[in-house]
Amino acid sequence: MTTANPRQKKALDSLTHTVEHIYDSLDRGEIPTMTIPLRSKRNIEFDPKTEVWKYGSLRTTRTAKTAQGAVTLLRTVYTTDFINEMIREGKSSTLREMYYISEGWHNAKFHTQDEGNLLAEDLETISNCMREDFKLRPEESGAHVYGNINFRTMTKKGMKTFNCIDDVAETGFAIPYSVEKETFQIASHDVKFVMAIECGGMFARLIENGFPEKYNCALVHLSGQPARSTRRLIKRLNEENGLPVVVFTDGDPWSFRIFASVAYGAIKTAHISEYLATPTAQFIGVTPSDILNYDLPTDKLSDKDIGALNSELSDPRFADEFWVTEIKAMLEMKLKAEQQSLAKYGLNYVTDHYLPDKLTMLGIL
Amino acid sequence: MEKSGDAPAPPVKKGRAAAERLADKQQEISVTEFFEKNKQILGFDSRTKSLLMGVKEAVDNALDACEETGILPDISVRLVKLGDEDFKVSIEDNGPGIVHRMMPNVFGRLLYGSRFHALRQSRGQQGIGISATIMYANLSTGLPAHVASRIEGEDEAAWEMDIAVDTKTNRPVVTDDKAFVWENKAHGTLIEYTTKGRYMTGKQSIFEYLKETAIVNPHACLVFHDPDGKVFTFERATETMPSKAKEIKPHPQGLEIGDLMRYAKDTAQKTLSSFLCNDFCRITPRIANEVSGMAKLKVEQDPQKLTRDQCQALTEALAQVKIMPPPTDCLSPIGDVLIKKGLMHILDGIRPEYYATPITRPPKAVNGNPFLVEAGIVYGGEIPPDQQVSVMRFANRVPLLYQQGADVITKAVADIDWRRYGLEQRGGKGVPFGPAIILVHVASTKVPFTSEGKEAIAALPEIQNEIELALKLCARNLKSHLNKKERKAKTHEKFEIVQQILPDLANKSAEQLHRPVPDLARTIIRIMNVVWVEPDTIKENSARKITYTVFNYTNKVRTFMLHAQLPPECSSPDLKKSTLFDSSNNEGKTQWLIKDLQPAKSVQIVFNLAGDLADTFDPDDVYVSGISPLVVMGAEALPGDWGIRGLAITEEDETVLENDTAAEAEEQQEEKEEEDFDREEKDDYC
Repeated sequence: MTTANPRQKKALDSLTHTVEHIYDSLDRGEIPTMTIPLRSKRNIEFDPKTEVWKYGSLRTTRTAKTAQGAVTLLRTVYTTDFINEMIREGKSSTLREMYYISEGWHNAKFHTQDEGNLLAEDLETISNCMREDFKLRPEESGAHVYGNINFRTMTKKGMKTFNCIDDVAETGFAIPYSVEKETFQIASHDVKFVMAIECGGMFARLIENGFPEKYNCALVHLSGQPARSTRRLIKRLNEENGLPVVVFTDGDPWSFRIFASVAYGAIKTAHISEYLATPTAQFIGVTPSDILNYDLPTDKLSDKDIGALNSELSDPRFADEFWVTEIKAMLEMKLKAEQQSLAKYGLNYVTDHYLPDKLTMLGIL
Repeated sequence: MEKSGDAPAPPVKKGRAAAERLADKQQEISVTEFFEKNKQILGFDSRTKSLLMGVKEAVDNALDACEETGILPDISVRLVKLGDEDFKVSIEDNGPGIVHRMMPNVFGRLLYGSRFHALRQSRGQQGIGISATIMYANLSTGLPAHVASRIEGEDEAAWEMDIAVDTKTNRPVVTDDKAFVWENKAHGTLIEYTTKGRYMTGKQSIFEYLKETAIVNPHACLVFHDPDGKVFTFERATETMPSKAKEIKPHPQGLEIGDLMRYAKDTAQKTLSSFLCNDFCRITPRIANEVSGMAKLKVEQDPQKLTRDQCQALTEALAQVKIMPPPTDCLSPIGDVLIKKGLMHILDGIRPEYYATPITRPPKAVNGNPFLVEAGIVYGGEIPPDQQVSVMRFANRVPLLYQQGADVITKAVADIDWRRYGLEQRGGKGVPFGPAIILVHVASTKVPFTSEGKEAIAALPEIQNEIELALKLCARNLKSHLNKKERKAKTHEKFEIVQQILPDLANKSAEQLHRPVPDLARTIIRIMNVVWVEPDTIKENSARKITYTVFNYTNKVRTFMLHAQLPPECSSPDLKKSTLFDSSNNEGKTQWLIKDLQPAKSVQIVFNLAGDLADTFDPDDVYVSGISPLVVMGAEALPGDWGIRGLAITEEDETVLENDTAAEAEEQQEEKEEEDFDREEKDDYC
């Protein structure tokens, strides 16, 4: 029984093509190889048409001449076979499940789950498909939406509509792993902008203070480095509904990267940046300037933090005046601050003063 | 002292002065008394050390006696704790025994021995050791030693007696001298004494001494009963006796005038010429003539009538002529095979991964005494990797446990830059760190010890130089092992690719595409592009089954020779049955002919090794000839000094198929560096 939809069929075809390529090389007595874009900071370029960062022209070749290359090729063949089987049987699996299934793959076994995740991404880049098309999905990320939006989504009892204030608890609406149109629609909304927030504590503070209702906005809890579906949903809210997006994070080097992956596209997933990144997203803070201007309680930068900042200085995504100035300022003061440090001035300070000020500056309010 | 006041002192008789009064007290001090007062000279300076010294002297004597008479030594040492500091020590051997009338002198008189006047490599030299032990025991406990001995022969009785040393006269005091029946003892000697001492374990212990003795005397079996009742047995590792050291006459080089005068006085020769030619080594009548001429002496002169001045002239003349170095058959090296065997036998518990082929340097002479140096290095296994390397020092097969810092061996070790040989060393000086044990043996007719305690060898530059050369040669083997190991780990990866991953890849992709499984031969050749030699060993009791599988992973038909040096008398007849077997010589150097090995094909060489040296063979020590070593993995190029005919095959330049990856370039770079390194090393000792 084949239930493959056209996208799955395309995915399958291109994976099969990869296997054929390996087989033909062996059959011709050559050394099998597999060429994919180099997935590193060195190889991301700004695409003016989509305004996001995508992989450039650098390629890396996995060759059976090295043990690592040979194993990668073998894993590709095994994974392709596994995807084939799932599509045939109408099943899907999490990346975690695939990691465990690989126990039976002998020499092709994944030693860590990261190896499996990376391979899935490799396959995406060579096939120009998304891993969802391969019936592979991540775990739920724990990201949530709160605000006056109606989502229409697939449940066990068919398509249903949820309002993200009325139909959910105070934690908000849990974002599913796939928010593609087939199963997930943005039915209607009454908000003026979308605010993505790094940590749960701040998300809960804003809800408790009635910020979304007062300022007519939707809050998206990123829950750390945002999962693909979270970024995809933000992108759709921005693109399909014309909602401006702002990002509110801690003031540390890792939070800058969270913003970059929302706005510019992540390095690891640059092959699908145009699906995931929201180029018009704006950064609210906490900026290094905020730390000074608001005299926030701080922590010292660790050696790792300093390394991360320096690495950002050579990251093309941060190569604009704003980021270079801010990153250098942080390196100079050697301090970082959390978003919740604004509580220094009271629980309502963030909703009564900080956010309205910053949003006005950004031209949102 | 003058007293003031009172009655005037009686007038002192001028003739009988203070000197006369001193003379009343002046008397002969016997050697024995001298040593009694200066025990540290003999090494009896602490309770711990005294206990060790006694055992050491007795065991050294037993080994010497066995060696001289061609007996495989069985020596047992037993320590029983009697009180806090009182120990009863017994040492029993199966040596030739001591004739009854000599027993008192051997055990009860200092400086009595057979070896003092002999120029030959032996453990004991001065005849001090065992009698000093008995003297010390006697002094510390008041008890005499008990000795028993039986010499070979049906009619010979065994004799036993109690012996003490009279320190005044340096004569033995014998009591209870009687014959007895020694059950189950054909010949041998037992010595038992009670002494003060302190028993210790660790680096300077009796156990360590016996262990190290067993390493350099693999022909001996040593049993040790420690004071706690534990029994340690160091089994004999080989039945091969060390070659017997010959006695030589003194060599004139570095001869002192006093020695010359003594020899001249004692000689039985009637003319100066015959005295020089017969009482010394390496002097020919021509040299005798030349020397006599230079000293303005007649060759017919009676040597016993030489004056001091004439002797002086002779010594000067002897120093000026060119005389051949002393003969070297007076030395008995342990030899590389037996050093390795001894090390393996005793150190097996720590499972070292590598025994660098031990080096025996050719004999040299210093001050008229021939000497030679041997060295070995053991690496890896359970030897602690983060500590200083332990240095085992030996002089004439006797372990040196004390005064490491004063010893020429330590100095030589510390002066080598070990960093280039793969060991850690701070600043390139000092004893290195790492999982290694260094063994150095200095053999000589007269080892220049720093003191009579024979604990450290004096730092003579000639000896130090030889030690450094021997160690560097060993270290080079170690370094090349470490390089080989690293390269092997790297290349083994490729072997896994072609042996496991590629077949999986072919099967799985064929299955998915419903196509036939492709033939991998050409792909494998492209990836490997080498001839692969894979050694394998299976242990079956004491025998070992060695397999070499040779894969031709190149696209050419290959014909070449494979070489290995098998330990002597170990190979079984099946060796020659193999169709690939070509020849072997009496040194065990064996070669196989691999003829017309087709691309992607393999052949196997299988043979068994048995006998006590079977485990000294390292299957990784395999060599090729008749093929460019660059296309071979798992075997080295046959060394130039292998000394057997190679196979005359001209090899055209290799067109390496895909020589473009960084990894391969790196490999070649490393090989080049290693060659440079080797070349540099050779320069060192040219």
